[in-house]
Amino acid sequence: MLESVFFNLFAGLSVLSGMGVVLSRNTMHSVMFLIFCFFNAAGLFFLLDAEFIGVIMILIYVGAVMVLFTFVVMMLEVNTARLREGFLQYLPLGGMIAIILMIEFVGAASSGVFSNPAIATAEHLPQSINNTEEIGQILYTQYLLGFEIAAIILLVALIGAIVLTLRTRKDAKHQKIAAQVAVRSEDRVRKVRM
Amino acid sequence: MIDWGMAAQAGIWALEILAIAVPVALSVAYITYFERRVIGWVQVRKGCNRVGWAGLLQPLADGLKLVLKETIIPKTANKYLFIAAPIMSLMPALMAFAVVPFGQTTLFGLWDVMHVMSMSNLNVGLLYIMAISSLSIYGVLMAGWASNSKYPFMGAMRATCQMISYEISMGFGLVTVMMLAGSLNLTDIVQAQAGGLFHWYMFPLFPMLIVYFISGCAETARTPFDLVETEELVSGYYTEYSGMWFATFSLAEYAAMILISLMTSILFLGGWYAPIPFLDFIPGTVWLLGKTALLIFVFIWFRATFPRYRYDQMMRLGWKVFLPWTLAWIAVVGIFIYTPGLDSIINFWMPWR
Repeated sequence: MLESVFFNLFAGLSVLSGMGVVLSRNTMHSVMFLIFCFFNAAGLFFLLDAEFIGVIMILIYVGAVMVLFTFVVMMLEVNTARLREGFLQYLPLGGMIAIILMIEFVGAASSGVFSNPAIATAEHLPQSINNTEEIGQILYTQYLLGFEIAAIILLVALIGAIVLTLRTRKDAKHQKIAAQVAVRSEDRVRKVRM
Repeated sequence: MIDWGMAAQAGIWALEILAIAVPVALSVAYITYFERRVIGWVQVRKGCNRVGWAGLLQPLADGLKLVLKETIIPKTANKYLFIAAPIMSLMPALMAFAVVPFGQTTLFGLWDVMHVMSMSNLNVGLLYIMAISSLSIYGVLMAGWASNSKYPFMGAMRATCQMISYEISMGFGLVTVMMLAGSLNLTDIVQAQAGGLFHWYMFPLFPMLIVYFISGCAETARTPFDLVETEELVSGYYTEYSGMWFATFSLAEYAAMILISLMTSILFLGGWYAPIPFLDFIPGTVWLLGKTALLIFVFIWFRATFPRYRYDQMMRLGWKVFLPWTLAWIAVVGIFIYTPGLDSIINFWMPWR
């Protein structure tokens, strides 16, 4: 009973905040709605006993990705009027994607995969079963190769981003930290006898 | 029909929340007093000693003043986010206390088994703390953006860069704790340090203790990392705030400071265990809060001692010093755990193995 109340709360709020992302005129408000949406999704994971994924969701998406989003949005001056200029031009493509997604969702929901009665009546796991340990054990044994490949792709992206944005500027001033630390008071202060 | 069991549970939850939030608010008030007295003592002056006996009523007078002041909302500010920003910075600071274990008790022999004094004994407690404390950026960012003014904006930019940089080394530092404790549950981490002073993680993980505490200093934007609220920025992201909203920001800052001190004592200083086992007759909570108070004193001591970091120095320390340092220490601990011969040394701190 309490669980279904919380499910409806989280699910409803995530749909509402998702609508807020799309409909609000201020980009900053959109970002805040998106953050709220992630929170509610994390809440849904908690209800499914997937506390590791829920917390990671908050840590990665809200704590890191959205901070950078907010940062960029803050720096940009977004002109909403100009953004709406090409609205009609993109409407057919966007509408098509929306319709295809809708069909996919309806198809997946009615395919019978999710109507297994065992899923609906599954009991909650006891606290002694540790989500983190289970995920770690399967990730580092059965799916080790995939895990390593993902890690290398991320590393390549990281280095690529650094290489693309790195430009050596001739006029940039660099601090020599070792020289600064090595400074003694005699180098800076001269004692004057009055 | 009312479900009485559920109502009772809700009542217990409300009491638990009050039992944490009220002491936190009170201790924030008295930490400000303590801070002013200690800095006064360090700088050979009196500090506040006029209101009440030895100035003990000063925090109440300050609070009253802040409540009575007018709350000004700038004309060009984004009203909703301007009002939401202080709340967004206070909320994560208080939410994080939900998983902090304050000790183990049998309630003076009333219960047969030890109960852990925490609101929620979460299996992913350490990750929860990291996730929630990374949310405090939003209050700062929103305050800077919604004020629609130069200095708050620059302060918010600096604060965000600082928090992102230090969060990474902080997280890597905590990975070594997870490796030794073999758990993300804060209670398990404390229990893995049972058995006296030498079992505490401050010995095998001493560099990480330093990294964690200094990063915590940077996260809460305390001196020497208070360049987000310097004089040159006219107190940074909360330039435009006044009265109670301003006080909410400092409430969040001090609550975060208490949290960092509590976490340092739980993760590295043995939590609620006494340094020598025969001193365990003193309740664990006293030990935990005593360690926390000591660390809060160190925070204040820092403030009275160190000059402020420059922006580039702050970034250098986070990325070029702490990050390689923590990564190297993860490798060192990993090698110790899996090398035959060396693992007998590290097993001293891994009793669960």
